[in-house]
Amino acid sequence: MSQPTLATSYLKRGLSRQTWIITGIILVLLHLLPWAIPQIVHIVIMIYLFATMGQAWNVLGGYTGQFSFGHSLFFGLGAYVSTLLYLKLGITPWIGILISSLSGIALGLFIGALSFRYGLKGPFFALIMLAFAEIFHMITMGWNAVGGSPGLLIPLKGNAPHLMQFTSKQPFYYMALWMMVGSLYLVWRLEKTRTGLYFLSVREDHDAAEALGVDTFKVQMIAMAISAGLTAMIGTIYAQYLLFIDPDSTFGILNSVEIMVRPIIGGPGTVLGPLLGSVVLTPLAEITRLAFQSYSGVYLMWYGMILVIVIMFLPHGLMGMIRQIIDKYRKG
Amino acid sequence: MNLNFVLQSLLNGLLIGGVYSLIAIGLTLIFGVMKVINFAHGAVMMLGMYCTYWLFVFLKVNPYLSILLVIPILFIIGAAFQNFLINPIIKAPEHNQLFLTLGVSLFLQNTAVFLWSPDYRVLKTHYANITYYIGDISISLSHLLAFGLAVLFAAILYMILTRTDLGRAIRAASEEPQGAMLMGINIKRIYWISFGIGSACAGVSGAAITTFFPIYPYVGDIFVLTAYVVVVLGGLGSVLGAFVGGLIIGVADSIGAMFLPGAMKSILSFIIFILILLFKPTGLFGR
Repeated sequence: MSQPTLATSYLKRGLSRQTWIITGIILVLLHLLPWAIPQIVHIVIMIYLFATMGQAWNVLGGYTGQFSFGHSLFFGLGAYVSTLLYLKLGITPWIGILISSLSGIALGLFIGALSFRYGLKGPFFALIMLAFAEIFHMITMGWNAVGGSPGLLIPLKGNAPHLMQFTSKQPFYYMALWMMVGSLYLVWRLEKTRTGLYFLSVREDHDAAEALGVDTFKVQMIAMAISAGLTAMIGTIYAQYLLFIDPDSTFGILNSVEIMVRPIIGGPGTVLGPLLGSVVLTPLAEITRLAFQSYSGVYLMWYGMILVIVIMFLPHGLMGMIRQIIDKYRKG
Repeated sequence: MNLNFVLQSLLNGLLIGGVYSLIAIGLTLIFGVMKVINFAHGAVMMLGMYCTYWLFVFLKVNPYLSILLVIPILFIIGAAFQNFLINPIIKAPEHNQLFLTLGVSLFLQNTAVFLWSPDYRVLKTHYANITYYIGDISISLSHLLAFGLAVLFAAILYMILTRTDLGRAIRAASEEPQGAMLMGINIKRIYWISFGIGSACAGVSGAAITTFFPIYPYVGDIFVLTAYVVVVLGGLGSVLGAFVGGLIIGVADSIGAMFLPGAMKSILSFIIFILILLFKPTGLFGR
């Protein structure tokens, strides 16, 4: 047997048998959850959806260091593309979700080609994403053919699996769960591939990576495509779940904030960060939304406060804090 | 579409453009000195509007007179924001400062929702309806006053920046912080003073439009998005650029409004924004 080099041992990805067993048990339990506690199915679906979008944002923001302040662009695109395809052409959302994802990737690559070609980064990239999201927001608001500001209603067809409509929440629960687990697995694998390392190199030092022969443009485009495509898919699922979309709740600035705040608080550039952030923040949002009906923005006050506290005292997010505690425990 | 209509909307665009200019000057001053894009700028402007509103409702202070109170209040808020929140993480990577200002913005806006409800409030004064006519073109007094105040404060700020020691120190700190520090300039002091002045600019702009613009917690979002466009167009950090950029964007918005439905009027300015970011990120007046 040949001696493993530093590179191959780093690139190997594995967990101990114990961890695999625990992960398996958790997964089985999560599959049983809709029967055990049906009251919280809605909140858990939202946790999964936002965790998946947070993971998508994380690939571009956390790992590659390009902080998008307009990820609602891809979410809204996904929601609108599949909904319009269904309403205007009668195409089932099952095909719609693929077309959504592809159009998300196409738009992402277009914006990426524009901005990364010109070396846009940091606040400038954040602003250009914000600008694109805002342009789509304005178009959907002003153009009546795509619903205008009242939005679009997907007609209820009862239990119609072939149209991605279900009378119970459980099918959405499993879709959201598998999307979340899938994205988690994807990023976990990606983290230790060559591409994953290129992502990190671009984040840590763009110029040095370039000098060492990393094709930074291509690397950023890959991150953008993964991120945009995944977010657009969630957009479609969200539209089918609520059967209603409007410009504010899809392309709005607040939605971009909702998408990015979870990975930032959970720990950007970590596999579990977006999920952790979503587990902490989503119930907070849903519960305060119920408690203060007319003051529905109040949960954002807590978001703001938590965001400030995390940035000031936990620069690596909640995951950073957990890691610190584990390290201390191991040493002591 | 006749000539009068075109002239009318261009004039309206120019007048509101003056307000965009002053908001953008505050933003560009903060960016120039600290290299932070302040996402809380819109929330700060909203605070200025509510200040004027409550002073008017409870103490019957004239909205234009209340600007004299809004300036010190917003200056202190801005300076405190810099001193207690941004300063401790000034050495952290720049995206952390972006996220911090985003958090502060969320907190301020939604605290306003909690305290004062999300309802639109209108500040009613008897001169809100006064309009003057030049031929067939009407000029509303409140728009004219907002424009005049914005230009006045922009001019005062320009004077401070070019003619006083403080202004020279601020410009030195934004051009060459290391060098400025070696010349004995207290950089930390310059940081909070600039943040205070920048926030006061947003507050004044907010106060100046209360007579003709509804007041609600998210009002700042509309203006501050435009202000980013203006700042990038004029060149980040350039006060003169922000002023000219504001007028250009004001007019561009009014041209957009002539051809597009109301909700889409700003598309033109956002397209300008994207083109500037891509092809000339230093802006019109940037170095």
